[in-house]
Amino acid sequence: MMLFGSIDPALLLASLMVASTPILLAALGELVVERAGVLNLGVEGMMITGAICGFAMAVNSGSPALGFVAAAAGGAGLALLFALLTQFALANQVASGLALTLFGLGLSALLGQGYVGLKPPATIRLNIPLLSDIPFLGRVLFSHDLMVYLGLVLVALVWAVLKYSRAGLILRAVGENHEAAHALGYKVVRIRVLAILFGGACAGLGGAYISLIRVPQWTEGMTAGAGWIALALVVFASWKAGRVLLGAWLFGGVTVLQLNLQAAGLAIPVEYLSMSPYLITILVLVIMARDKSRAPGSLGRVFYATQ
Amino acid sequence: MTLSRVLTTAALALGLATTALAQDKTKVGFIYVGPIGDGGWTFEHDKGRRAVEAHFGDAVETVYRESVPEGADAERAITEMALQGADLIFSTSFGYMEPTLAVAAKFPNVKFEHATGYKTAPNVSTYSARFYEGRAVQGHIAGRMTKSNIIGYIASFPIPEVIRGINSAYIHAKKVNPDVDFKIVWAYTWFDPAKEADAATALIEQGADVILQHTDSTAPQAAAEKAGGVITFGQASDMSEYAPLPRVSSIIDNWAPYYIARTQAVIDGSWESVQTWDGIGAGMVGIGEISEAVPADIRDEALALKNAIAKGAHHPFTGPLKKQDGSDWLAAGEVADDGTLLGMNFYVEGISGQIPN
Repeated sequence: MMLFGSIDPALLLASLMVASTPILLAALGELVVERAGVLNLGVEGMMITGAICGFAMAVNSGSPALGFVAAAAGGAGLALLFALLTQFALANQVASGLALTLFGLGLSALLGQGYVGLKPPATIRLNIPLLSDIPFLGRVLFSHDLMVYLGLVLVALVWAVLKYSRAGLILRAVGENHEAAHALGYKVVRIRVLAILFGGACAGLGGAYISLIRVPQWTEGMTAGAGWIALALVVFASWKAGRVLLGAWLFGGVTVLQLNLQAAGLAIPVEYLSMSPYLITILVLVIMARDKSRAPGSLGRVFYATQ
Repeated sequence: MTLSRVLTTAALALGLATTALAQDKTKVGFIYVGPIGDGGWTFEHDKGRRAVEAHFGDAVETVYRESVPEGADAERAITEMALQGADLIFSTSFGYMEPTLAVAAKFPNVKFEHATGYKTAPNVSTYSARFYEGRAVQGHIAGRMTKSNIIGYIASFPIPEVIRGINSAYIHAKKVNPDVDFKIVWAYTWFDPAKEADAATALIEQGADVILQHTDSTAPQAAAEKAGGVITFGQASDMSEYAPLPRVSSIIDNWAPYYIARTQAVIDGSWESVQTWDGIGAGMVGIGEISEAVPADIRDEALALKNAIAKGAHHPFTGPLKKQDGSDWLAAGEVADDGTLLGMNFYVEGISGQIPN
């Protein structure tokens, strides 16, 4: 089956999953951070750090899986710096986050100097007997690398934990009103540090997905703004995991779709196609956000415990 | 005296000292659109900058700013560099044209050099390379090598330089392979590895087995290698780390001689506003080694074409040529004039699709 002459829908949908996974992972991490009341603008820096840590580890060890572990560790390591600055030194979160991005870009360029032009080991795609062989659906649903599924599992986990678990309730309480949470005896700082580390690890994974699977190579500055897209996505998705998934799919999907439509020579002006990922994603999410969702009450505010 | 007074005085003294020191050296600044490690366009400009440092040693100091977005932010970056005391500033992307002119008007004593633009001022020169000459060689190899007859082209922005490249490659591919078809994708970015890779993947999935790129990173090379059975060409830089396959040849920008000459002109006080546009013959455009993945006869043809262009025996835009709408452009034997080429805003006959506005 072909669309518009030369687009294979199965390949298109498969590419959609690949294109949306990096921002999905990074946005999910940031969602948890923001639900805990912390605004970390350093997503781009953590992503690019994860991209090079994962790439370097995968090249040196020959194992993409170890690469992703290193990417998560690298992202979390950078996030730890942010946590120290904002949770213990009580520094301004916006400034610290921006600094983190600049630092991450510089650090990754330094770390990556020996890795330009190298090829990472290939990440194997899942091949489930029978399921992967189903025409169309097999390629679309059951033939991805594990990271795609990990992203989807994380969406479900974040959603369920935030909505139904006691841990999620506490995290949200900390994010909505840190003084009240503190008065109830919850360890605001500790919870926030953990959330920040989780956010860093997710951003790192997202970055490594670009350097190990989507491109796959190391180039300085290769995330090229994906971290900022992820940040925007969290806001437009009204801090809800399901909508982050929808937004990531829309953004990644329309990006890939418009490139395919261009290649197929569809008679839609390229200018419109080119801006469509931004327009459509924002439009859909803004329309969905008409319910009274709002930002966590303590988002971005500095907390220090009074006795 | 209060502490702040002491500090102010110290800072002032330090400032005076550094100004005095700076007057001995010629300061040359570079504004880059991507990171110096992009492996392509910016990487080559930075190679030129390092050549300037190596050539002049202590007589010249160079500074650079990387990943400067085109548009309003560029004006700030260029202004900062002028305020830092740069004597000569190279702004190395098309989108810096207006910002460069705006800053140049405010700093009449600073010399500016804008790459790939067409507007000059008494203290603004333009310089560019005739990349379309390299594109002709690329198009020839692409047309001979393709089996699917579909050549994918990752374009950046719809500006004359990019359109010239598409036309030149198409004309020469078509000449050796009448069945060839170009699929063109506009990425609207110079540097975004993920998007460049996505564009390459989309083209490959739609049957392209040759990918030409006019974006700055090596991501399309990586995407082509991952897909397999696809050939590519290095853009702006040799990108030889992807040879012999998928990268079978390349267009290399060689800015070093120009940068050294212009810096020398500033030192001598002989700098004048000029418009430089050199090609293969003058050495500003190089053709990277054609890898062994290309059969010997095709390689020989490509090298013959390269030599003919270098000697001026062949102009890539030689008639008879028609525009995309079927109207006549060049009569048989007629060659395009530089004015038309510099402002090229049309496809030649045979290319499908429209140029975005």
